[in-house]
Amino acid sequence: MSKVYSRIESIAGNVIIVRADGVRYGDLAQINTSFGTSLAEVIKLDNDLVSLQVFAGSRGISTGDEVRFLGKSMQISYSESLLGRVFNGSGEPRDKGPSLSENLISIGGPSFNPAKRIIPRNMVRTGIPMIDLFNTLVESQKLPIFSISGEPYNEVLARIALQAEVDLIILGGMGLKYDDYLYFKETLEEGGALSRSILFIHTAADPVVESLMVPDISLAVAEKFALDGRKVLVLLTDMTNFADAMKEIAITQEQVPSNRGYPGDLYSQLASRYEKAVDIEGAGSITILAVTTMPGDDVTHPVPDNTGYITEGQYYLRNGRIEPFGSLSRLKQQVNDRTREDHRPLMDGMIKIYAAYKEALEKQSMGFQMTEWDEKLIRYGELFEKEMMDLTVNIPLEQALDNGWKILSACFEKEETGLRSSLIDKFWPVDSLKNKAGQE
Amino acid sequence: MSTTGKVVGINGNMVSVKTDGNIIMNEVGYILNGDKRLKAEVIRIRGEVAQLQVFEQTRGIGVGDEVSFSGEMLAVELGPGLLGQVYDGLQNPLPELAEKAGFFLERGVYLEALSRTKQWSFKPSVNVGDKVNAGDCLGIVPEGPYDHKVMVPFNLRDEYTVVSVVSEGPYTVSDKIVEAEDPRGGKKSFTMIFEWPVKRPITLFDERLKPVEPMVSKVRLMDTFFPVAKGGTYCIPGPFGAGKTVLQQITSRHAEVDIVIIAACGERAGEVVETLKEFPELIDPKTGKSLMERTIIISNTSSMPVASREASVYTAVTLGEYYRQMGLDVLLLADSTSRWAQAMREMSGRLEEIPGEEAFPAYLESSIAAFYERAGIVRLNDGNIGSVTIGGTVSPAGGNFEEPVTQATLKVVGAFHGLSRERSDARKYPAIHPTESWSKYNGIMPVDHVKYAHDILARSGEIEAMMKVVGEEGTSLQDYIIFQKGEFLDVVYFQQNSFDPVDAAVTPERQKKVFAQILLLLATELNFSDKEEARRWFYQMRQKYLDYNGAEWRSDSFKKYEKEIADILQAKSLGTDKRAASILEDLIK
Repeated sequence: MSKVYSRIESIAGNVIIVRADGVRYGDLAQINTSFGTSLAEVIKLDNDLVSLQVFAGSRGISTGDEVRFLGKSMQISYSESLLGRVFNGSGEPRDKGPSLSENLISIGGPSFNPAKRIIPRNMVRTGIPMIDLFNTLVESQKLPIFSISGEPYNEVLARIALQAEVDLIILGGMGLKYDDYLYFKETLEEGGALSRSILFIHTAADPVVESLMVPDISLAVAEKFALDGRKVLVLLTDMTNFADAMKEIAITQEQVPSNRGYPGDLYSQLASRYEKAVDIEGAGSITILAVTTMPGDDVTHPVPDNTGYITEGQYYLRNGRIEPFGSLSRLKQQVNDRTREDHRPLMDGMIKIYAAYKEALEKQSMGFQMTEWDEKLIRYGELFEKEMMDLTVNIPLEQALDNGWKILSACFEKEETGLRSSLIDKFWPVDSLKNKAGQE
Repeated sequence: MSTTGKVVGINGNMVSVKTDGNIIMNEVGYILNGDKRLKAEVIRIRGEVAQLQVFEQTRGIGVGDEVSFSGEMLAVELGPGLLGQVYDGLQNPLPELAEKAGFFLERGVYLEALSRTKQWSFKPSVNVGDKVNAGDCLGIVPEGPYDHKVMVPFNLRDEYTVVSVVSEGPYTVSDKIVEAEDPRGGKKSFTMIFEWPVKRPITLFDERLKPVEPMVSKVRLMDTFFPVAKGGTYCIPGPFGAGKTVLQQITSRHAEVDIVIIAACGERAGEVVETLKEFPELIDPKTGKSLMERTIIISNTSSMPVASREASVYTAVTLGEYYRQMGLDVLLLADSTSRWAQAMREMSGRLEEIPGEEAFPAYLESSIAAFYERAGIVRLNDGNIGSVTIGGTVSPAGGNFEEPVTQATLKVVGAFHGLSRERSDARKYPAIHPTESWSKYNGIMPVDHVKYAHDILARSGEIEAMMKVVGEEGTSLQDYIIFQKGEFLDVVYFQQNSFDPVDAAVTPERQKKVFAQILLLLATELNFSDKEEARRWFYQMRQKYLDYNGAEWRSDSFKKYEKEIADILQAKSLGTDKRAASILEDLIK
């Protein structure tokens, strides 16, 4: 099965066509060019015409170059020795370690049987109040971080990676800036988490096609570890780059585009990756956090739009903060009734008052007259943004809840909070900030 | 000798096959790949090359692989044992599949949809010598809360004379229960099970009727304002996060129908799981049995193969029509029809058809229309009435209702429950937009009553928009009261707390009672000295109504709140609106 073909019929974009027999859909081939060798994947068969998507790109390929079919589809080695290592989108080492070839597993495997799924039940603690308190991340959840470029989304991802109580972190980088790759590596190293991390990195300088492999490789490895009982957190950044790579290939393949040039199967493609998130009964789990940058801050752009229909909520990152409005964790109800009794009421109550603060702010900026109530709201809003929304705040959930009560008591009378009296009796700080202020 | 062929081309999940004989459009073929047989459906024929959409991942298929054609169109098995099942889009039972294949949906594993070993207690209803035609009842087996009618297969054209019938007792679905003879003397034996091609509607009925009887969903906004009739159709378009799936889940629980079929088509698997785990625990008040016993789930979630997603809605509606043939009322909830439309778009792209708007195929509209037209209320040949009601969610790209799937759907449905992002952001659930939505069906309330309330709401919306410009100070007290009335109606009647055990499902009886009181309030001229007083009064009223909504029907607290509400209203009443006189008269009656 290692017959060599040396006649390339056509080259267009990153796709080459050769005449060959006995080739199977999805098989890999190796192309030897004057610049080195590259892998390629069969993406179409038409009688003996085989279309191959070349991972390293077609630039520099000669029609006389040799193509050798490997008789297998894309595979990746799965073992403990992956831990602490960095690979590229083809699964080859990016660090100086050896390449791995034992215990190969296929990527892009079949879908999880819905009948075997269980209702998620464990919270993932991150130390970020806007997540833990207001939109709790749940084990096996799939959540995107919607963001515009320039926001510190990679910093947020790195922080969650370091703080989340998981067994294993898999980072899939697509079109990552080299600096960002180094940042992730260093942060994980300094935080002592590199030894429980695996990095699959495609940087912006690498061939576009390679980025298409990153989510599949990352998730295939994650799936194996999860089946072996590990809690895996998969971080993907940035899924918009992945979608753009798909668009590029689709257009070169002369596929009919649907929305803004993206292929018609964008939803299915994204879903087949995100749906890998799962909690496996009697074994481990996969939780997926994925950055999706929104071109032009437009949430109706096809990539964030399709993503929103697939994922279980989203975090909006705006002005360096996770926005309370628009952000949503659809699974938070599964866990936040078992944390502390004031969690749910405080979550709803504080957001309602924050919404009122926004209205008061609008009133202020319009130059309308401010009432005493408005002044209270303004004070509350400022405290809320400083103590809860600021991303440098790093506290456990219980402390965040206590802080919530402190903020409320510093700004309002008990009955102004709209919270149940029984909770107020129990949690209202005796030594509130306001009392202190009164004494001074 | 069935037709065979060889693979000549592969593009995504479409495979081209060179054949050696006759092939039928939409025929099922199996691609032999190693030890696996991968199911596929013929979707285009050109000369001796047939193009098939494969219901599995196509990785590993090679040119030259053998294909065998079945000679049958894509079909589902019909018979007792469908209720309570969880199937994929091709009617593979998922729990059994899990037992066999483990955590993952391995390709090429197909199981029988109905158990061949389970015994059903069959009671014949025909005698030797009786003449029977397709769709006629041969006997009855109890299935869950219903009597399942065992029928003559729908595809038989002849009239048969019964030659022998088994005696009452336990039989499996594949046991012969009736032997009959066709007019030419040919023998035919019937079992409890037969197949029907999913893409052909079942038309064995006497007459199709006009849908008039309301299908009660116990969601106030639906039953009172935007009703759906039994045998009717409706759609729920909305952006992500607006609560489409939650609304469908609520409906699937509380709707007053006999059977609910949930088609989870290309959506999140996690949402199906909630239904799967909760339904067996919940009791259906109508039958006293678990909700699962009246439910069939067709789960072809987003990561499952796209071709079987396309098939899944047809599978669901065929099962619905089958139970309709027994004189039952069936509700089919399809979530989401956009994913189904996208599946058509993907196949159309692979076939290199000339694309229509947003690359959807030109036949998008006719396919959507044909699907919704399979709903209906019919008088069956035996005089019984059965119905299939279809409710489909639509997931418009960017939340914009101007896109092709929403528009094509709006042309054919009888009611439109448009969900709005603003309402869901403001946590106003169900987020059905009260002024943009519509229904062509008659509901449980008289039309003029609903219209009166709706007009006040519309006027209230206008005043609210105006207030944003001129401020509260620039609005007259009279307008301000109308604005407050609209807000009041929204908060206490449109919005419904699905987490509250009482408020989650409101019976028509209770809706009539509460709505009558609200109409009285809306029609009452109120006496306030200023806006602040009006606001406080409405807040007080609102709070009372929220407590009232949470009180058990006809309980002591229910009556207590009712009295208080009447007193608060009476204290500020200046008389009633003359335009509402006839409505108020109706209410007294």
